[in-house]
Amino acid sequence: MTRSDVVIEADDLRVWYGSERGPVKAVDGVSFNLAKGEILGLVGESGCGKSTLGRALLGLLPPGAAMDGTLLFEGEDLLKSSRKAMLARRGSELGMIFQEPLTRLNPLMRISQHFEETVRTHEKGISKDEVRRRALEVLRLMGIPPTRYRAYPHEFSGGMRQRLMIALALVLRPSFVVADEPTTALDVLVEAQIIRILHDLRREFDTSLLLITHNLGIVAEACDRVAVMYAGKIVELGDAKTVFSKPQHPYTRELLRSTISLRTEGLNYIPGAPPDLTDPPPACHFHPRGPDAMNICATKAPRDRVYENGIHVQCWAADLAHGAVDLTDEEKAPLIREEISVADEA
Amino acid sequence: MLKLLLAPFRNTTGIARWILITGLVITAMFVIFAIFAPWIAPYGFAQKIDASGDRFPKMGEPSAAHWFGTNDQFYDILSRVIWGARTELTVVLLSVLLAVVIGVPLGLLSGFLGGWVDRALVFVMDALYAFPSLLLAIVFAFLLQARLGGAGILAAALSLTAIYIPQYFRVVRSTTVSAREETYVEAARAIGAKPRTIMGKYLFGNVIQSVPVIGTLNAADAISTLAALGFVGLGIQPTEAAEWGYDLSRALDDAAAGIWWTTLFPGLAIVLLVTGLTLIGEGLNETVNPALRKRRIRKVVLTRGSVTEPERPGTDQNEVVTP
Amino acid sequence: MSSQGSVPRYVAQRLLLVIPMIWVLLTVVFVLLRVAPGDPISASLGGKLSAEALADAKHRAGLDRPLIVQYFDYIKDVATLNFGNTFTDNRPIIDVVRDNGGATLSLTVGAFLIALLVGIPLGLLAGRRRDTVSDVVIRIFGVVSYAAPIFWTGLLMVILVAPTGWPTYDIASAETKFLVEPRTHILIVDTVLAGNTDAFLDVLQHHVLPCVALGLLLSGVFIRLVRVNLLQSLKGDYVEAARARGVPEKYVIRRHAFRNALVPVITVVGLQVALTLGGAVLTEKTFNWPGLGNQLVKYIVAHDYSAVQGLVTFFAIVVVVVSVLVDIVNALIDPRVRY
Repeated sequence: MTRSDVVIEADDLRVWYGSERGPVKAVDGVSFNLAKGEILGLVGESGCGKSTLGRALLGLLPPGAAMDGTLLFEGEDLLKSSRKAMLARRGSELGMIFQEPLTRLNPLMRISQHFEETVRTHEKGISKDEVRRRALEVLRLMGIPPTRYRAYPHEFSGGMRQRLMIALALVLRPSFVVADEPTTALDVLVEAQIIRILHDLRREFDTSLLLITHNLGIVAEACDRVAVMYAGKIVELGDAKTVFSKPQHPYTRELLRSTISLRTEGLNYIPGAPPDLTDPPPACHFHPRGPDAMNICATKAPRDRVYENGIHVQCWAADLAHGAVDLTDEEKAPLIREEISVADEA
Repeated sequence: MLKLLLAPFRNTTGIARWILITGLVITAMFVIFAIFAPWIAPYGFAQKIDASGDRFPKMGEPSAAHWFGTNDQFYDILSRVIWGARTELTVVLLSVLLAVVIGVPLGLLSGFLGGWVDRALVFVMDALYAFPSLLLAIVFAFLLQARLGGAGILAAALSLTAIYIPQYFRVVRSTTVSAREETYVEAARAIGAKPRTIMGKYLFGNVIQSVPVIGTLNAADAISTLAALGFVGLGIQPTEAAEWGYDLSRALDDAAAGIWWTTLFPGLAIVLLVTGLTLIGEGLNETVNPALRKRRIRKVVLTRGSVTEPERPGTDQNEVVTP
Repeated sequence: MSSQGSVPRYVAQRLLLVIPMIWVLLTVVFVLLRVAPGDPISASLGGKLSAEALADAKHRAGLDRPLIVQYFDYIKDVATLNFGNTFTDNRPIIDVVRDNGGATLSLTVGAFLIALLVGIPLGLLAGRRRDTVSDVVIRIFGVVSYAAPIFWTGLLMVILVAPTGWPTYDIASAETKFLVEPRTHILIVDTVLAGNTDAFLDVLQHHVLPCVALGLLLSGVFIRLVRVNLLQSLKGDYVEAARARGVPEKYVIRRHAFRNALVPVITVVGLQVALTLGGAVLTEKTFNWPGLGNQLVKYIVAHDYSAVQGLVTFFAIVVVVVSVLVDIVNALIDPRVRY
C-alpha cells in the first residue's frame, strides 16, 4: 500500500459522549487504514460502537460527543477541519448509506428533488437538466429505470429504495463511502443484489467502502479486509479470508463459531452480554467472556500488534502463541471467574 | 403504581422542570384557596350585607373594604373569586375522576378484546370526540338540568364527565392495542397468563404513564368548559356556589360603560388556574413523550486511563513479529 | 403520473364515508336528547298549558309515537334537510340557519385566518429555537391565550376600546343592516355584492374585535401544535440523511423539517373547526353577534328542545363535512395518503 493510495488513515480515534452514568466510550482508540477501491468490513455485536465509528468518520456525531485522535482523509486531518469544510465534503467526497431506506428519504419530496438538492448543494448554479443527466446515469447503474425519476419514495420497494440511497450517495462520486448496515432491513435475496452492487462500486467508481454489518457472511463475500470490533476497540484487523480461516482473537473465533450454516448441529453462543460502554471491564474488555482468559487479561490491557500477513491483533493469548511476549506463570494462569449468572445473560 | 405515576415528575430536567414547578405553584395557590376559603375570604360568596348590617355597594369600585370591588348583585368579588376556586376544583376533580374511572377500563377492555365490541365502542367514542366539546357539554348540561332540577354542581360535573370519557378511552385503547402486540405480551399469553393478569400486570403499567399528562390537561380544559357553561347560563346558580364564568356573564352589560373590575378579576382567576394546570401537563409531557425528550447534553472530557489501559499505539506500529 | 390518478378515487371513498359518520352522530344526538325525562314539550311549555292542551300539543308534535318511529322520522327529515321547527316561535330551523349562519361563518373564517397567520409562524419559530428565550415566550403566549376564556379577552377588549367609539357589538350598524339586501345571507359578502363600500367597511370594522379575540384563542392551539410537530420532524431520519449529504442546516430545517411538520398540522388544524364552533358560541354571546351560536343560547335559555335538537344536528353535519374536506386537502398535499 503506497502512501498516495491511502484514502483514510485513522489513528487512535476516540469518540466519547456524555451520559448520566459517565462518559460512554463508544470508540476507544481505533486505528486503521483504507486504500483506494478497498472494501473494509467492520463487524461486531450490537452496541460495540461500530455505528458511532461510521458516523464519526463523516463528522456526524450526536450533540455532546467529543472526538479526538487523527483522521486523515486524502492527507487532510478531518478533526481539524472547520464545520463549513466538513459540510462541503459530505456528499461530494464523503458519502453515507444508512440502514433503513424508507425513513431516510423525505416522503414529501420526489426522487428528482432529492437529487437536485444534493447536487445543487455542492455545485451551485448547475442546471436541472444536468442534474437529471447525472442522476439517471447513476440510477441506470443501480438498475432503476429513468421513468421512475419523478416518483415518490413510498412508491418503491425496500430493495429499490436502498438502491436509490446508494445512487444518491454516489451521484457526486465521493472517494469514501460508509455503509451502515445497508442490508439489515432487507430480505436475503435483495441483500445479495445490494451487496453485489456495493462490491462493484470500486470497479465503476474506484470508491473506498467501509461496510458496517453484523452479518459475517456478507463480509466474507464482499470485503477485502475485515475489522472486528468489541467494546469500542478493534480487536482484530486483516485480510478477510485469512481472518476467517485462521482467527487469532478469541472473540473472532467465537463469532465465527456462532454463525449458523446448514451443517450446524448444535447452537453455539458466547456466554455473557456485551459490556456497558460507560464502565467496561478493566484491561482487556473481553476477559469476562473469553473462554481461555488468563490472569494478565484482567490486569493489563493487551497492545495492538501486527503479525504475518499484516494482521493486527489485540490479545495476550495471541501474543503468547506467537512468542511475542514473555509472561510469568502467575500471569499465564487461567483466570478464575464467577459463574455468569442467568440474569447477566438476559 | 404510585412510583410509576410519580416517575415523570422526578425525571424532568431543564426548562421542562421550570414549567412543571411554575404550574405546580400556581395550582397550589388555588388549591389553598379552595380548601381554606371559609377562612381566607373576607365575606361569604352570596353575602350582600356586612357586619354592621349595611348593604354592600352595587358595582362598587375596588376599595379598602372590597379589594376587588363588588358586582351588580351586590356580591364581593374577591370573596367570590376565592370561593370560586372551591367550586371549580370540586367539579373538575369529580368529573375527571369519574371520566378516568369509566374511560380507562373501557379503553383497556376494548383494546384488549378487539372484535365487534371494540369497533362499536370506537365508532361511538370517535363520534363523541369529533363533536365540539363545548356544544356536547352544553347539550349534556341542558339535559341534566331538567333531570336534576337545576342541581348545578352535580349536573355540571356529570356533563363534563361525559365529554371526557372518549378522551381517556381513546388514549388507553390505542396504548393497549399497541402494547397488546408487543412480544412480551405474546410471551405472557404463550405461558398461559389469564387475560385479567395480562391486562393488569403488563398493559396497565404502560398505560398508566400517560394518564397524569392527560389528566392535568383535561382538568385545565374542564375548568374552561365549566366557566363557559356558567357564562352561557347552564352552570351553577350564584346562591348555590361561586362560579367565575357566571360572574363574567353578569359583567357583560356593563363592560361598555367602562366597569372593569367585574370582568378582570374572575377572568384572571380562570386564566391563572387553567394556565397552572396546563403548565403541569406540558411539563410532564416533555418528559413522558419520548419524541420530545431532549437528551441532556453532558460535556465529556477525553482522559487517558490508568495502567490497565494500553500505551499509545504508534510506538510499536511497525513492529512485525515473525513466528 | 400514476399518483395523480388516485386522488379522485380517494375523494370518492371519503365522501362515501360521510354518510355513516353523519348517521352515527345523528343517532347520538337523538339518543341524548331523548334521555331526558318527560318530553320536550312538557319541559318547555309545561307550566303554561293545561293537561289536555299539553297532551294535544304532544300529539301534534308526534311525541306520543313510539321512540323508534320518531327516530326514523328524524333521520328521514334530516336527509331532506328538514331540521324541524322551533317550539317557542315555530320557525323552521332551516330559516334560523339561513338567517344567522352567515354571521357565524364570517366570524369563524376571519378568526381562523388570524389564528393561522399568527400561530403557524410563531410555532415554527418556537420549534426552531427550542429552549431559547423566544421559544419560552412564545410558548407562554400560546398557553395563556388558550387559557384565557374568549369571553374574558373579548370583554377586556370591549372595555378598552369602548371609549374610542370603535364598534364593540353586533355585526353592523342598524343602517347597514337596513340598506343591504340579503342575497347570500352572509352580510360581508352581501355588502360587496351590493357595491356599497361604506357598508362593507362598517361590517369589516365590526368584525375586527370578535375575530381577533377568537383568533388569538385559536392561535394558542396552533402554536403548540406546530411546535410539537416541528420538533418531531427534526428528529426524522431523512433529516440526518440530508445532513449526511452535506445540506446546510438552514435548508435542512426549512425544506425538510418545516414542510414535513406542517403536513400533519394541516389535518389537525382542520379538525380545530370543532373547537372553533364552540368558541364561536361564546364569542357571539360576548359581542352580541347575530350568529347561530347566539341563537342556540337563546333557545337553550327558553328550554326549547326542538330548536336545540335542530341546531345541534346542523352543527354535527357541519363538523363531519369539514372533516371530510380536510381529509381531501390532506390527500392533495401528502402523496402517501392516496394509497
